[in-house]
Amino acid sequence: MMLVWLIVVPFAGGVLAWSLSRAGGRDIASRWVSLIALVIDLFLVAGLWAGYSVRLGTGALSLPGVSLPYGKWFKEFKVPWIPQAGISFHLAMDGLSLLLVTLTLVLGVVSVAASWSEIKDRTGFFHFNLLWTLSGIIGVFLALDLFLFYFFWEMMLVPMYFLIAIWGHERKLYASVKFFIFTQLGGLFMLLSILGLFFIHGGQTGVYTFDYTALLGTAMPPATAFWLMLGFFIAFAVKLPAVPVHSWLPDAHTEAPTAGSVILAGLLLKTGAYGLLRFTVPLFPEASASFAPLAMALGVISILYGAFLAFGQTDLKRLVADTSISHMGFVLLGIYSWNRIALQGTVMQMLCHGISTGMLFVLAGAVQERIHTRDMRRMGRFWEKAPVMGGVGMLFALASLGLPGLGNFIGEFLVLLGAFMASRVMAVIASLGLIVSTVYALWMVQQVFHGEPREDWTLPDFHPREKGISAVMIVLIVWLGLYPQPVINAARPALENLRKVRAAVLMQQQEKGGAEGKGGPNELR
Amino acid sequence: MSYAEILSALPLILAAASSVAVMLVIAFYRNHGVAALATLAGLGVSFTSIFVAAPYAPENVTGLLVIDGYALFFMGLIFAGSFVVAMLAHGYLKIKPCAEREEFYLLLLLSATGAGVLAASAHFASFFLGLETMSVSLYALIPYLKSERAVEAGVKYLVLAAASSAFLLFGMALIYARLGTMGFSDIASAGMRAYMGKDPVFLGALALIAAGVGFKLAVAPFHMWTPDVYEGAPAPVSAYVATVSKGAVFALFLRYFARVDIHQSGSLMLAVAVISIGSMFIGNLLALLQDNVKRILAYSSIAHLGYLLVAFLAAGALRVTAVAYYLASYFITMLGAFGVISVLTAESAGEKGEMEDLEDYRGLAARHPAVAAVFSAMLFSLAGIPLTAGFIGKFYVIAAGAGSALWTLLIALAVNSAIGLFYYVRVIVKMYSGAETPGGLQAAVAPSPAKVAIPIGGGLALAGLTLGLVWFGIYPPSLLYIIRSAVHSLM
Repeated sequence: MMLVWLIVVPFAGGVLAWSLSRAGGRDIASRWVSLIALVIDLFLVAGLWAGYSVRLGTGALSLPGVSLPYGKWFKEFKVPWIPQAGISFHLAMDGLSLLLVTLTLVLGVVSVAASWSEIKDRTGFFHFNLLWTLSGIIGVFLALDLFLFYFFWEMMLVPMYFLIAIWGHERKLYASVKFFIFTQLGGLFMLLSILGLFFIHGGQTGVYTFDYTALLGTAMPPATAFWLMLGFFIAFAVKLPAVPVHSWLPDAHTEAPTAGSVILAGLLLKTGAYGLLRFTVPLFPEASASFAPLAMALGVISILYGAFLAFGQTDLKRLVADTSISHMGFVLLGIYSWNRIALQGTVMQMLCHGISTGMLFVLAGAVQERIHTRDMRRMGRFWEKAPVMGGVGMLFALASLGLPGLGNFIGEFLVLLGAFMASRVMAVIASLGLIVSTVYALWMVQQVFHGEPREDWTLPDFHPREKGISAVMIVLIVWLGLYPQPVINAARPALENLRKVRAAVLMQQQEKGGAEGKGGPNELR
Repeated sequence: MSYAEILSALPLILAAASSVAVMLVIAFYRNHGVAALATLAGLGVSFTSIFVAAPYAPENVTGLLVIDGYALFFMGLIFAGSFVVAMLAHGYLKIKPCAEREEFYLLLLLSATGAGVLAASAHFASFFLGLETMSVSLYALIPYLKSERAVEAGVKYLVLAAASSAFLLFGMALIYARLGTMGFSDIASAGMRAYMGKDPVFLGALALIAAGVGFKLAVAPFHMWTPDVYEGAPAPVSAYVATVSKGAVFALFLRYFARVDIHQSGSLMLAVAVISIGSMFIGNLLALLQDNVKRILAYSSIAHLGYLLVAFLAAGALRVTAVAYYLASYFITMLGAFGVISVLTAESAGEKGEMEDLEDYRGLAARHPAVAAVFSAMLFSLAGIPLTAGFIGKFYVIAAGAGSALWTLLIALAVNSAIGLFYYVRVIVKMYSGAETPGGLQAAVAPSPAKVAIPIGGGLALAGLTLGLVWFGIYPPSLLYIIRSAVHSLM
């Protein structure tokens, strides 16, 4: 029931924020309502953390003949929803979901704070959309029924679309429609795959259900599995984004208001990674294994291409957006390396990217709010006028390039280490990305905060609210960089279960197909 | 006629009787409000009598009609839809300059009766009678306002509908000549043999009937009339044409083919599949080019019939459920969308023909937040976004298709949903964007110096539709239960 509250609190908060502003309340009321709703949710999560212990275990999957190292889901909630179609309202949480939900709420609070003075138009409706997006994202991280997952997956898009389309910048309509259509199309392919899986499983067992735990281990011909896997992969790759389907991202991130960029980069991209981890690979282990080299290659291309794009940008927000492509390439690489270290690195990278990129977007938003441009060619030597802003920008640029001591380093290092065990060539090429990222990060700092002052801006430094946001984010990124063990501990049982499930399913399928004498795929361990 | 037969046919009898009653009311006391109330009462009573008839189903009435759960379900949809249209029409007609407003309701009732007969018909005779009763009323309803545009739309509909009726009739005659029967159940069995035997006369007849039905459904090669008629007709009538008249024909179409195993015949499957894909692409692509909301909805309805045909081609139990759910959500959504146009037209009285230019919707959210929210909900439902009935409807269609492995059709559907999203969202963005350009801002503020209230009937109808839309989107089992128990006679 706790899990339902996690979704309901922001949902209700959004409705309240909107209706307050409709009822003639002042803007400030809806800001406070949203903030309070998210803080309440954070308290709920804190309560969950207090009750969470690694030994309690997470992720229960009843596969015949498979004993999992960790017993039950940490929290679970299940009621029938549309019983006629085998759909239940099934939420469950393990360490992975807990981490991501926590990230969601932290960034949610940051986005409300970041838009405190930026958003002046239709504030109630803005916060309504903001909170509903968050509610949908939390739903995505918790849903364990494939239909429910798709439901939340689609539900988070509409308010996000509004955030860009109404409160965005110059080319907001183009960007928002592009974002919406890309993700919708990807989502529809996933729906087709979900239904394909549903009917194959139902046809074999007579039990028609969308429940994830039941659908795991469904046996099917390799070709079918490949196509179904591809449907899921496309949806998640669009969200991630991986290179051939990334083109919505720079537009959407650039044109979105600050809060929108923070949520897009910090959270929406993570839903893609989460989907790959939770659904694509465990549901279709064999197909994923044969697809892994290509997926890893896409990851490596994303790393290099994204970094390369970022270096060419003159628009501050667009630069940060392009770095996201690069960073999420590490996530893709890590997921398809699928060994313990790579997966740990993936989770670290997801969290740290959320924090560091989120903060860079807050920074870019703050600059834009002050001087009404994002063009770096018109900036320069901001450090003198705004030293705090400069320091924060420097720190997060360093985080972004993967400086040891800050969280991103741990993530990228672990991913590269894991990838090296899976495929040396990929790891070697991917590590080149670190060089390019140094170039773009330092280039950005140089352009904005140092160099020649090109125009005479009046640039007030960070005010207390922004300092507060920065302080929280700095603490988090440094903490993750210096002592990542709690995160690794929390994620480990979930990841171990996912690996175990995948291995077990793979073994079952190979026993069935073993007569063909085909060697098992060895890209994934 | 036995007692049970009369009781089971009660909804149709009452609908017919209420049109007579409304005619008498008009003859003795001509008053717009009274006529509207009498119509609403008649439709309400007819709707309620479905529950009286339900225990007697399935029942064969005179060999022409079969009143089973399936027929009653669609009658319910038809009467409820007409009820909403009547509510919308009241506020709409009140401000429109026309001499006689009362006959509108009489025609509406007659048309609804015809549609009800269609949903229950089991014989070519009742099929044709129902279709003509429905269409002939529409000949008068479409040009009701007698504006130049409306008359053009009416004549267009008249000529094409008459031609399609001729095709239909000719096809029926050929089938009768070949098989010697006009009852559906006999045709289904004998017809399949004739079809398999590649009897040219029978095949020709089938093509003729397909053309006739395709015209009524406005699917791909027979869709040309749709945008012009929807644009020219009064908005409540457009709503009626888009929902009730299509729904009734589709119900009949499915009833006939439920008895024929369409999967036995590859060429027939292929033909329907081509029509389906063609409707999706033509509807969605042409909708992209429109700047008139009524035309956008018209093309959108073409595309939606294409989606519906995907479910039609599926096999198994899911097929009828999917069609029924999709039609129910489509009814709610299309009625709601045209309902918004009706109430807004009623609101901005006299300034222009109708509230239909996309540009008119700029800044609507600031002027009428509730109406803008309703319209957004309807458009999201058309696009199949969660929390709306349209999402569950689309889900069921895709599920039915996936269950029968119609992957090509489903991929076309997915691609088209993405295309469709573009123009639905375009309208929504218009409503929520205010001051794009200085000129736009002026336009957004200027048209409503005095904010007239939304008419009460239309407002209530929209509120009800939105509630239904959200309820069936969040908790579909309620509707699924009704559908399951209603349509199992067909499975």
